[in-house]
Amino acid sequence: MNINTKFICNIFAIVLVFTAITFANDNLQSAQNSKKYTDECIKCHSENDMMPEHFSENDIHLQNGLSCAGCHGGLSTSADEEIAMSKKNGFVGVPTKKEIPNFCGKCHSDISKMQVFQARISTDQVSQYYISKHGMQLKIGNKDVATCIDCHTSHSILPASDTRSTVYAANIPNTCNNCHGNSDLMNKYNLKSNQVEEYSKGVHGIALLEKHDNSAPACNDCHGNHGAAPPGVKSISHICGSCHVNNMNFFNNSNMAEPFAGLEIKACEQCHGNHLIAKPSDEMLNVKTSTTCTECHDKGEDGYIASEMFYEKLTQLSELYDSTKAMSEKIAIIGMNNIEIEYELKNVKQALIQSRTLVHTFDTSKVVGRTNEGVLASLNALKLADHEIEEHDNRRIGYGISTLILILLAGALYLKIKGLNT
Amino acid sequence: MEKNKLQNIENWLDERFDLTPIKKLITHKKVPIHNHSVWYYMGGISLFLFIVQVLSGLLLLMYYIPGEDNAYESVQFIVTKVDFGWLVRNIHSWSANMMVFFVFLHMFSVFFTKAFKKPRELTWVSGFLLLLLALGFGFSGYLLPWNELAFFATKVGTDIVGVVPFIGDAIKVVLRGGDDVTGATLSRFFGIHVAILPALFSVFLVIHLIFVQKQGMSEPEHFEKLDESKKKYIPFFPNFVLQDALLWIIVLIILLSLTLFFPWELGLKADALASAPIGIKPEWYFMFMFETLKLLPANILFIEGEVFGILAFGLAGVIWLFIPFINFSKKKELNNKIIRWIGIFAILYIVIFTIKGYLI
Repeated sequence: MNINTKFICNIFAIVLVFTAITFANDNLQSAQNSKKYTDECIKCHSENDMMPEHFSENDIHLQNGLSCAGCHGGLSTSADEEIAMSKKNGFVGVPTKKEIPNFCGKCHSDISKMQVFQARISTDQVSQYYISKHGMQLKIGNKDVATCIDCHTSHSILPASDTRSTVYAANIPNTCNNCHGNSDLMNKYNLKSNQVEEYSKGVHGIALLEKHDNSAPACNDCHGNHGAAPPGVKSISHICGSCHVNNMNFFNNSNMAEPFAGLEIKACEQCHGNHLIAKPSDEMLNVKTSTTCTECHDKGEDGYIASEMFYEKLTQLSELYDSTKAMSEKIAIIGMNNIEIEYELKNVKQALIQSRTLVHTFDTSKVVGRTNEGVLASLNALKLADHEIEEHDNRRIGYGISTLILILLAGALYLKIKGLNT
Repeated sequence: MEKNKLQNIENWLDERFDLTPIKKLITHKKVPIHNHSVWYYMGGISLFLFIVQVLSGLLLLMYYIPGEDNAYESVQFIVTKVDFGWLVRNIHSWSANMMVFFVFLHMFSVFFTKAFKKPRELTWVSGFLLLLLALGFGFSGYLLPWNELAFFATKVGTDIVGVVPFIGDAIKVVLRGGDDVTGATLSRFFGIHVAILPALFSVFLVIHLIFVQKQGMSEPEHFEKLDESKKKYIPFFPNFVLQDALLWIIVLIILLSLTLFFPWELGLKADALASAPIGIKPEWYFMFMFETLKLLPANILFIEGEVFGILAFGLAGVIWLFIPFINFSKKKELNNKIIRWIGIFAILYIVIFTIKGYLI
């Protein structure tokens, strides 16, 4: 057998083996399929290529043994279409849009059925839905609104903890945007259609979508999910305050809370915006460049003066923090001890964060008091840093002197040895 | 006046202890001078660094507190609060590394000049045991600051010991004081580092030094063959001793410079629950073995790769220990050649694998 014949034989053998493996796999697959689909609905619908769009085998209902008949009724054990899909056997078919909430609610509003899956599962989704804007509109026959399946899908429903789910935290903005980003649809209701676009540029959107921080709020965290509604003036500070607790408490107890409520000014939103919430900075308080305070307070007014003071104290502390941090890094780089400096630096950082939060009290004495504590801690850290630098220099001087002595000693020894050897 | 006083003390001692042998040693001992005389100083430098280790170690012992809750904090206290504590700790760490380096240098110089041959076989054996003890000092001392890197390096190191067939697991448990590296391991390593190893080391060091003094400096073959008239010597005292002292001063200057310009980091405190940091590396003198074990395939000749590696290193160590007693060939020249190539291979292997461990 020459080399070419041998080569061809080898190729033939490889092809043969692959074909055998492929056939074996195909047979295995069909054997598995027939084993899996004992349900006559799926068997028949898949054979006739009539499966619902986006049907997924990973659907949570299917995974938990709830097949077609569980929602649509009928007799799933019968292969006879007439019997399986007869009203006598409870077949209800495809629900209309208006019927969907109660269609899902048959189980999801029944705690005795739901607690089998989770002991503390909530069953108020449908009732919440009907007090939401979506639900109220559906009730009066509006077919544009979202129902359960618009957010959760109908046949590929996954738990919210599943990263593939349409209601997984990071996927929620996209899910809401399917409708709320549709300008034609939103124009009909005088609603903006760029919320998600704005949100994704804001501090929360960047945290959730870019930094993959799932603790950052998505649409539902502020608007609710099943009971979705735009927050009213009064509820805004409560909504933001569910995460920013201190800011809310400081604001609600400040002398600004009452005038804000009286003038129907939206608390947090007035200064920070809603969907496009920029990362707050001390510059917001700078009366020369920002209108956050000057929009309402003219020059000479208490609010204007307070803003100037807040800005001055916060920038002073912030700059001191930066210079102390740089000094601490320098100390570490030169190989000296910065443990205590770092400890003080944490106090400065803490004072800075707390001072910024205290701005929401609009009380100058509180902000100035806390920033002064930070300044003291910072000065203390700088004093420690000076001590370390002095110690660093002393070590070098000591090294220089001792090395010089040793070199002189070595020189003397060298001369002595030279004398001995000659 | 001073001379008289010293003479009186000498006479007083001589009367009681008969100092003649020491006097004889001092006055008669001579050191050959040839092209390779420089290697005679390596042992002396290693001894000097050992003395530095003992003195700095004793000072550290004043403040060091063993135990999971105190070890790291006490070292932190030493380097930040104790006067000159930073200096003592850095000297101890640098001097340890330098000592291992010079011991290696001393060993290879003895190997290549064939100074281990009759009658110095036991000097070689005691020297090699001293090297192993020095490595033991390094391994046990590395854990004592109880920082993250040391913790995980000890974990890996003791794991490797555990691979040794039959007895490895038992040794590992004894070393660790349990199944895992814990505070019990730290206590054991502390005991080993400050009591057991110093005791053993002192015994072998005394034996080693007695052998050296008793047998005098080894003369290389080419020097031995020279005519007596062409052989050059210098007196051990004071010439050689002063030259030794000069080198010790130079080593001390290097040690101080390293201490000041390259201080040893303390790092983060060991946390058994934290995940292992990236880039755990053993001390440089274990690197060639660590790299070898990393590169070995999972199985070699039906033995686990790691076990094979450890057995191979063990065998190499035994051969190295008994090299003065092994005759590779009846022909002297061939025997010398084989020994030289073994040495070159060992050096190349250690250097290449150490560099690989750090660079690749």
